[in-house]
Formats: sequence, C-alpha cells, structure tokens
Amino acid sequence: MRAAFVETLAELAERDPRVVLLTGDLGFNMLEPLAERFPDRFVNVGVAEQNMVGVATGLAEAGMIPFVYSIATFATMRPYEFIRNGPVLHQLPVRIVGVGGGFEYGNNGATHYGLEDIGILRLQRGLTVVVPADDSHARAAFTQTYALPRPVYYRLSKGGPAIPGPATDFVLGKLTRLRAGRDLALVALGPTATDALAAADLLGAEGIDAAVAVVESFNPSPGDDLADFLADVPFAVSIESHFVDGGLGSFVAEVIAERGLPTRLRRCGLDDLPRGITGSVPFLKEWFGLSPRAIAGTGASLLAFARR
Amino acid sequence: MTPLPLGRRIRLHILEQSHRARFGHIGSALSIADIVAVLFDGVLRGAGADRERFILSKGHAVLALYAALYETGRIDRRTLDSYCTDGTPLGAHPEHVLGPIDFSTGSLGHGLSYGAGSALAARMLGSARRTFVLISDAELNEGTVWEAAMFAAHHRLGSLVAIVDVNGQQALGPTKQVLDLEPLVPRWEAFGWTAREVDGHDVAALRTALDSIDGTSARPHVLLARTTAGSGVSFMEDRVEWRYLPLSDEQYASAAAEVTRPEAR
Repeated sequence: MRAAFVETLAELAERDPRVVLLTGDLGFNMLEPLAERFPDRFVNVGVAEQNMVGVATGLAEAGMIPFVYSIATFATMRPYEFIRNGPVLHQLPVRIVGVGGGFEYGNNGATHYGLEDIGILRLQRGLTVVVPADDSHARAAFTQTYALPRPVYYRLSKGGPAIPGPATDFVLGKLTRLRAGRDLALVALGPTATDALAAADLLGAEGIDAAVAVVESFNPSPGDDLADFLADVPFAVSIESHFVDGGLGSFVAEVIAERGLPTRLRRCGLDDLPRGITGSVPFLKEWFGLSPRAIAGTGASLLAFARR
Repeated sequence: MTPLPLGRRIRLHILEQSHRARFGHIGSALSIADIVAVLFDGVLRGAGADRERFILSKGHAVLALYAALYETGRIDRRTLDSYCTDGTPLGAHPEHVLGPIDFSTGSLGHGLSYGAGSALAARMLGSARRTFVLISDAELNEGTVWEAAMFAAHHRLGSLVAIVDVNGQQALGPTKQVLDLEPLVPRWEAFGWTAREVDGHDVAALRTALDSIDGTSARPHVLLARTTAGSGVSFMEDRVEWRYLPLSDEQYASAAAEVTRPEAR
C-alpha cells in the first residue's frame, strides 16, 4: 500500500503543483522516486513530527496541499495538538499519512504500534479519516480525497493482499459490502476485511451464515449504510487492528445505540497496550484475537451465548 | 494637540478593553505594544496572497493585536468593543476567522512552525513576502520552538523573522527562576540564526532593526526584544500579577492617565 501511495502521489504531484511531501525522516527505499522527481516539493523535515505538521499548516495556509509522512503512531500521537490546532482548527488541506497502523511493526513493539490513531483522529469531526482496505482502494481513496478542502488522515498498511472476491472500490463515507449473510455481521476496519472474509468462510463451515462489510472512512462515516447492513442481522462483531475503544468498535456501538437497533455487538481488537509481547503479524493477530480463526470463534461464541 | 504615538494608543485600548471586559493578560499585551505598533506602521507589506504574514504565537497578548488592527483600520470600533463579549470572535486568543488574522494561536510553541511553513511556501511560490512570528521568552521553554528553529536554519529561510518578547516574566515567576534560557543571542546563533538584541520599547530602534532585515539572506532572523511586562504603566511594570488581574476603576483611571500623559514614553 505504501507503493500505491508513492505512485499515486507522483501522479498527483505531476498534475497539481500544490502537492508537497514532507517526511519525518522515514520512507527508506520508498520515497526516493518522489524526492528525485520533485526535489523542490520534497522535504525531509527530520525527526520532528510536531514541527512537520506545523510547517504543513503554514504551507497549506499559503495554498499548498502538503502530505506529511511517518509511522502511524508517530504521525498522529506526537503531533496531535498540532493537528488539532493547525489543519483541523484552520480547516486546511493537510494530509497526514501514517504507515503501519495497528501492530504491523510486529517485533518493534508497543512504541511502534498505532492503536489509538483512528480513535483520536475520529474525535476531530473536521478531519476525514481514511483506512483503505487494499492497494486498489488506496489508489481510489487518494484520488477521491487529495483535494478535499479539509485535513485527511490516511492509515496505510505496509503491504497486504487484495480483498478477495468481486472487484469493489473505495467510496468516501460509504460502507462496502463484501458478502451477504443472515446470522451474523462482521464489520471490518480497512485491511482486516481479508481476515473477516476468511472468518466468514470458517463460520460457514459451521453452519453460521456471516455477512461481511468493510468501513474505510470516518468523517464522513457510513452510519446510514451500517444501520442498513445491521438491520436484518441479530449479531455483529467489529474487527479492527486498534483498541476496541474509540475506533470502529465504538462507531458500530454508537450506530446501534443511537438508532435503537436490536443488534448484539462484540468488539474484536486490543483492550490495552501490549507489554512484553512482540512478534510477527500472524502471531500477533492470533494473540490479540484478530486471526480468522479467532474472529470466527468470537462470532460463534456470541451466537452460542445469546442462544443459551 | 499632537496625537499620541501608535504604541501609546495601543496601550490605551489594551487598558480600556481589559478594564471593560474585566479580563487579564494586560502585562503581556503592554509588553508587545511597541513591537506591534512598528510592525503595523509600515513594516508589514503587501495585500492578498502576497501579504506578509504576521503570527502572534504568544496569543494571550492578542489585545495589542486587536488594538493595532483597529488603529490601522483593519477592524471597526464595534468589533474592537466586542472583545471578550458573548459570541464574539475577539476572544482572549486570536482566531483566524477574524479576517486580518491568518493564524489562530493560544497554545504556546506552534507559531514558529507555522511561520517556517509559511516562509517555505513563499519560496516555493516565488514570493518575496516575509513572515513575522512574535513569540514570548517563556514560549522558548517549548521544544517545538527549537524544532522549528533548526528547520528554518537548515532550509535557509531568510524571509522568516522571529521576534522574541523578552520581558523576563512567565506565569509563575521570572524566567530566570523558572527555566533560564540566557544567553539568548549565542543560543539562537548556535541554531543558525542571525540574532540581535533590541530595546523592545524603542520604536526607532525597532524600526531600524526590522527595516534592515534582508529577506533574501541565507539565515532566518531573530530579534531579541528586551521589554518590560506591563510597560508604560508604572504600577504594573515587571509585576507578575498583572498577567492575571483585571483593573479596578481607580487603577484604570491611573493607568490610562499615565499612558496618555504627554511626557510618557
């Protein structure tokens, strides 16, 4: 997805002289083509994320469209107040690009995990949050949103498979339905859609008919779509590589509660910072209950519990 | 009768508005009265997209800015008089929704980064406009000021001008006691800036210093303006409590008389 970002940004920079890229000294073997092609609009600001967002605010006030790039947690947590008081308060088109949300930085450990980014940025209603599900959605997301007159946060995966099945596309503020089902709704955040689909297959083998949909944006958020999706399904599981509070799980709970839906919800995700547990992404998915097997288990136990 | 100099008219508005609104930060606003007067009386140039930017990073001194905007015809009297009333954009920190203000500030340590971005944008857009950022000496406690200082020097942003209001006071006491950052000139020079000290209440010296800045030079510029918190009102000068206190009617009368007295500075 990083490669999709670099390629799309090069296309955007080619046709729009307002596009500027700032990096917080990250992007080795990734951003070099942009640096070489647009030397006047590529700035490595050094390891200083707060200043990077502040500089981007000054650039945007003068009419530029700056993209700031770092690891998801560094791009969002360190400069959070700069994001709020800068582009959000001033309604300026700064783009924050956070790579490796969730625990994609595996063995790097907790300091490198982005487990709050969606929650803290979703709080800022004046900022659009985009979590593309795969590379092709990422390309569509950049093209659809790069010129929005307000700030955008893009949470990008380092890599990851294409969503299996029929071709779908990213549409800002919309829910993308990936599979129909009557018994249980799996609501996935961005790239966890792949695991949700695999979980649905496992559940199908047990005779549980699971629907799958993916949320890829907040502010605008797909509240109406989600309410429709949940209307005919008694149970729902939210799936996110993020804390269960603040992000997708909270959003689904808000939709259910505020619209008075009868849906019973369980939230898959992390409930605290991991301390002393690092590993590969597949290992961590299993550990944190986000593997297809674990998601299917959560879904099946929800049904079994409710039917008891 | 000759009209009062702009710095003293700004002081009078600061006293008048804060007295009416019963709101503090008087000492800090008085401390920058002469700096703001010089900036708005001929230093800041241009209009439209090429207008020179002014960022009041020490946003709590905004009353001096409102006063300057009024005195130079950028806001009307009714707008000025709405300071700290219900529903007004003229709060105790600047809001960009007020036309002549480019950046909302209030949380310290943001303005120099905004200014560095603004100066970088000017270079990218081929504009000769300069960017002025007024920061407080206490604000230098914020690490982000130094992030921005490193960035501006590395990128040779010669059109960026920082003015530090060195009044030696911060919220709980003298800066020397809270977190001493002196000597300031070598510190800024070590960060790659052209640094010079100036008397922040000497209008002629401020004007000379600002006029002599070469916006095309390879180094950003900092003026370390030595000022007095509460400047112009003898019972407020260098007294930390005037960061907080509103004025009683008697104090207001006495202060207003002092800043309008012919022999006053």
